[in-house]
Amino acid sequence: MFYRENGQFKTSYRADQQILPILQDRIAMLVLLVVGFVIVPMLASDYIFRAILIPFLILSLAAVGVNILVGYCGQISLGSGAFMAVGAYAAYNFFVRIDGMPLILALVLGGVCAMLFGMVFGLPSLRVKGLYLAVATLAAQFFADWLFLRVQWFTNNSSSGSVSVNNLQVFGFSLESSAAKYWFCLLLLSVIALLAKNLVRGAVGREWMAIRDMDVAAAVIGIRPMFAKLSAFAVSSFIVGVSGGLWAFINLGAWEPAAFSVDQSFRLLFMVIIGGMGSIMGSFFGAAFIVILPIALSQILPAVTSALGFEISTASISHAELMVFGGLIVWFLIVEPHGLAKLWAIGKQKLRLWPFPH
Amino acid sequence: MKLHALARSAALVVVIGSSLAANSAFAQAKEQFFPLLSYRTGPYAPNGVPWANGKQDYLKMINARDGGINGVKITYEECETGYATDRGVECYERLKSKPGVALFDPQATGITFALTEKVVNDKVPLITLGYGLSVAQDGQAFKWNFPLMGSYWTGADILIQHLGKKEGGLDKLKGKKITLVYHDSPFGKEPIPLLQERARQLGFDLGLIPVTAPGVDQKAAWLQVRQNRPDYVLLWGWGVMNSTALKEAQATGYPRDKMYGVWWAGAEPDVKDVGEGAKGYSALALNTSGTQPKVIQDILKYVHDKGQGTGPKEEVGSVLYTRGVIIQALGVEAVRRAQERFGKGKVMTGEQVRWGLENLALDDKKLAALGLTGVIRPISTSCADHMGSTWARVETWDGTKWNVGADWYQADEQIIKPMVKVGADKYLADKKLTRREASDCQS
Repeated sequence: MFYRENGQFKTSYRADQQILPILQDRIAMLVLLVVGFVIVPMLASDYIFRAILIPFLILSLAAVGVNILVGYCGQISLGSGAFMAVGAYAAYNFFVRIDGMPLILALVLGGVCAMLFGMVFGLPSLRVKGLYLAVATLAAQFFADWLFLRVQWFTNNSSSGSVSVNNLQVFGFSLESSAAKYWFCLLLLSVIALLAKNLVRGAVGREWMAIRDMDVAAAVIGIRPMFAKLSAFAVSSFIVGVSGGLWAFINLGAWEPAAFSVDQSFRLLFMVIIGGMGSIMGSFFGAAFIVILPIALSQILPAVTSALGFEISTASISHAELMVFGGLIVWFLIVEPHGLAKLWAIGKQKLRLWPFPH
Repeated sequence: MKLHALARSAALVVVIGSSLAANSAFAQAKEQFFPLLSYRTGPYAPNGVPWANGKQDYLKMINARDGGINGVKITYEECETGYATDRGVECYERLKSKPGVALFDPQATGITFALTEKVVNDKVPLITLGYGLSVAQDGQAFKWNFPLMGSYWTGADILIQHLGKKEGGLDKLKGKKITLVYHDSPFGKEPIPLLQERARQLGFDLGLIPVTAPGVDQKAAWLQVRQNRPDYVLLWGWGVMNSTALKEAQATGYPRDKMYGVWWAGAEPDVKDVGEGAKGYSALALNTSGTQPKVIQDILKYVHDKGQGTGPKEEVGSVLYTRGVIIQALGVEAVRRAQERFGKGKVMTGEQVRWGLENLALDDKKLAALGLTGVIRPISTSCADHMGSTWARVETWDGTKWNVGADWYQADEQIIKPMVKVGADKYLADKKLTRREASDCQS
């Protein structure tokens, strides 16, 4: 009823190529941004900020990065945790070794290091693909684990191998408060997600998708596989690297290599698969699913069981969490293998025809 | 339609239930809240569970026996971390804002590192009994950290002293080969600087063999041990790593009586599966085990006999269970001490509990009153020393139970103190922070 494009005419190519071609979408996005930047910080408590919103924003960013590689270019990667780790440790080294290093520059340089690292470990993608590539990228994960555990230089010769940062500032503004951290992450996420969205809509993105859909055919029509694959690795690792820096600097404050273990790689891959392969929007859904669901379950289950008159132990909650999680993943994959983003798209499509579907 | 109605009413119940729970928490202000971070799942669960049970049972016992701390009821909530840093941070953020929050025991070295950066702003003390950051002993640099009763540095030093004693003098260690088999994480790496310092002084040959977390795969490490034939192996493991190491040692034929574990490698879950194969293996003992101490008897009487125990009854009094009890006992005593200054029968804030932790003075008489006679040594903290005691003993597994040796060892201050000072200074310099003023001590 309210969501349809009748009467919205596009009279120029420019108008036809907008990210959000429907007026209602543009308004909704504007409202969403206002809510995100203004309303949420007014309402959210410290806990909501630090335990839910900030991890959600940072992992969304990581998921956008992984989605570019896995979803758009079809290069399955299990090394995302390693790219995050490289971003985090490189940013840390720039930050503590160079006096007066601005935080944003350190994060970006961390991203650049992750980009180079990702391109090196993306080289096998020129020869192998699919499951074989996934295993090859696993090497990146193990290499990073080894590197940051073993080479003391990267941890500024910290004897325990754990490093930490404090007194974070951006242009003189302190990033101590939860709201400031949230704004900073949201701002970075908005900018990078917008750039990523435009990238995948453009020529480069179409090359990636061509490679994903059928690399031989793509090569025949003149797409250079080497350029497409390596550029996907580069862009993806850069974004994942920046998110790794944020995860370490903003979310954890102090971290050890275990924070970027292979588990993290798997979680990122799940986010992309559940959220929706080949969709920027899907990355957000996936991150929300993975971050919020376990916390929500751990809060809701005790309330439900106490309402039913018995108490549930912490261990059972944690086991139930895993079971519900596993069940939901299986259910999602069967019902909608294209992820939450596809459900969202179907919902939108139905709304456009509502109330007279044909 | 029916299904929808059902879902809607279920959602309603959940919302009402959770808001009720939230309301009741806010309504009762006269309660001291103890957040209980724990892990009952994952590779470290066998060791994490008795520890968590001990922590919880002690609080239940205090409520049942004494009606709380000078009349202030204790409430608690457990939060599962799975030993993962990000989950631990989430738990911390969730529980730190509850009214009357007293202190945190993160129960993991990795989480301790992350929280160390956060407690300064939130003004909640962190107690890390026998683990955590060794340099945090320096209370003038780390205002909110309390590595009570020992750190990995004191532990490593005590082990070297014990080896020296066995050999007939520390100077006899010269030329000996001592190998550290360690969990490849901050937890396992912490003792290395001290062992290196000791190796330099005493002239023994220190070998370092890391074991990837969680420590199930140690074949390569023990091949190396077999190749080098060290005179002693120091085992710095946790959870499943310990029993695996003992099994591997058995398979490689490395004598177990030359293996010495840290106090986190000296509990029942570590050796039970190995049984006879672990015979002769020794580890540090921060505390005794068994059901004889009065505090354990009280827990059995007031909690378990009433059917309110947290875990199985047979487990009460095991090594890690007792350690959980001690951790919580010290926490409760810190609140009690704080009440002596800031008002009895009141709920203490995090800052006030910190003062209490900084002024703990538990002599033999007080320990007896707590029912901890013979379980631990007297402990007294100060503004400069957040550890309070660095004593420990060595215990040996005889195939069925741990036998605690008679000798108490104290870590060598002359070695530890300068190292703590240097480490704390480096930390402060890295963070561009300054030492606390003397006047800050009474705050």
